[in-house]
Amino acid sequence: MITGKTIPMNAEKKQSSIAFVIGASSVGTLIEWYDFYIFGMLATILSKQFFPAEAGTAALLSTLAIFAAGFIVRPFGALVFGRLGDLIGRKHTFLLTLVIMGGSTFAIGLVPSYNSIGWAAPIIVLILRLLQGLALGGEYGGAATYVAEHAPAGQRGFWTSWIQTTATLGLFLALGVIILIRSNQGVEKFSAEWGGWRYPFWVSILLVGVSVLIRMRMSESPMFSKLKSEGKTSVNPLKESFGHKGNFKMVLLALFGAVMGQGVVWYTGQFYAQSFIETVCKIDFIQSRNIMLVAILMATPCFVLFGWLSDKIGRKWIMLLGMLLAILTYRPIYKEFIAITAASNRVQIVDYRLTKAGPLMPLVDVKDKHKMYIRQVIDTVYLDGSNFKYTITDTLIGYNEFGVNRPINLLNPTLIKYKAPKPNVVIEKTMGKSATWDMIWLIFIQIVYVTMVYGPIAAFLVEMFPTKIRYTSMSLPYHIGNGVFGGLVPFLGTLIVEFTKTDTNPGGDVLAGLWYPIGVASICLMIGAIYLTNKVDKNVMD
Amino acid sequence: MNHIKKILGYVWMALAPAIICFLMYEAYVKIGIAKPAERANTILQWVIILIIFMPISIGFFIFGKYAAANEYAHLPETSDELKD
Repeated sequence: MITGKTIPMNAEKKQSSIAFVIGASSVGTLIEWYDFYIFGMLATILSKQFFPAEAGTAALLSTLAIFAAGFIVRPFGALVFGRLGDLIGRKHTFLLTLVIMGGSTFAIGLVPSYNSIGWAAPIIVLILRLLQGLALGGEYGGAATYVAEHAPAGQRGFWTSWIQTTATLGLFLALGVIILIRSNQGVEKFSAEWGGWRYPFWVSILLVGVSVLIRMRMSESPMFSKLKSEGKTSVNPLKESFGHKGNFKMVLLALFGAVMGQGVVWYTGQFYAQSFIETVCKIDFIQSRNIMLVAILMATPCFVLFGWLSDKIGRKWIMLLGMLLAILTYRPIYKEFIAITAASNRVQIVDYRLTKAGPLMPLVDVKDKHKMYIRQVIDTVYLDGSNFKYTITDTLIGYNEFGVNRPINLLNPTLIKYKAPKPNVVIEKTMGKSATWDMIWLIFIQIVYVTMVYGPIAAFLVEMFPTKIRYTSMSLPYHIGNGVFGGLVPFLGTLIVEFTKTDTNPGGDVLAGLWYPIGVASICLMIGAIYLTNKVDKNVMD
Repeated sequence: MNHIKKILGYVWMALAPAIICFLMYEAYVKIGIAKPAERANTILQWVIILIIFMPISIGFFIFGKYAAANEYAHLPETSDELKD
């Protein structure tokens, strides 16, 4: 099937050329992921800085920013830039996506807060966020296509797997930069209007600048150049991709037989896991991120391993095995998270030097002086080195306004009109060494599943579609599978947990949210196993 | 195997409208029980979900239709086979 002429090149030169192609493409893609993630990771601060304080409006706008950018604009970006990449070429298209992404990220870091410029702030941020989603939708397909079209036959899985590491390394970089700045500045300085939270956005412009310079030195994909010189490029890539049954049925197969399952496994392993250990297991902010960082670092080489392996034994069964393992082990893994972090499973040191109950601290509400909060912090240290901090807050309503500096007798019933029946308890757990490693391993296992489904998928998608409409055809299923099916894991997971809440069990079944990724991965596994072929296409030049 | 592919095609075709009906029902219930302050946000979330999943479900139906018509009995091995 090889129709193109091979360019004579000695093996060493060829190797260094492909290494440059991989390096230049991967750095840019990594930066795009970094840019996309920092917005999500700093969402709480961003909503306070850019959105009005009224809860309803703020929630509405942040929903638009998060949902629209992730789910609508990404597939739309795949169509816009995919079409462009098949018309004018891969190089210029993914150079453009990089500039749009970097520019909008940098600009988000420059937008004054809602307090300074009012409604202009959330509107500008929303537009910039949409641009980010659009750019991300166009980037991945271009980078994967570009690398695959440079890679030697029989090594496509190995070389494209480097591109696959970038999504995870982008997450790693974003986590690392945020933790570094936050640890150095402290929470207060970091969260201020012009505080440290803006630095990760500003850093982006440097990274993008370097990456643009590198990418400008790259040449166009040899396969696309050949098509162009022969005048065989597509005139209407959208029509040829989705209007022709022969190709459209493969787009559907790629989506429902591979990418849909990959998306949910990817998001569960890297995002749902982090959210779960933080919000359900109550692990401290910094420690939960450190656990993620170590697990990601340990598992990242597996992307290359499974990419390489897919060249030897085929892509299909590696991806499907990753899905199967995820389906079978997600619930036991998350049960284990709960067991590891449960107070009932550890021995408390009954020693007042180590288990400290702080003084009762009365705080009068700033807006309503009839309202008072009584706060107490209890530190509990366990034999394994874990430390659980309980902040218990009682809410009282007085008949009269509480004086800030006036001593009051809290036990005097004539002063208290109402006391909330249940105190608000905030738990922050810092796990001991052994428990921390147990959690790292459990996250590591999930990221290994991610590497199994994600490592070979670029090569798999590239081999499914012809050169002239490859960028368009592979970008759309990828971004629907990853952005929509995967991106909805946190939202739908939370929604399913809500369904399980009853009067007798107000907390609901915290593991129920896993049924969404398990269900989607199961359907995908079945479709993939029955309809996909394990054959590796040696030639993608047709 | 081709027989299984075909039979399952009908399953996917049936599943697609079922997913749409389920989502519409859930949207109706969730918007109904949302507190007034959260209602606009809940409506927006569900409208976005429905807008996204409607075409995907239609795509799933078409996938089922192709499978039922044995279109996946043989997967293309060259780009020429991808043309209509």
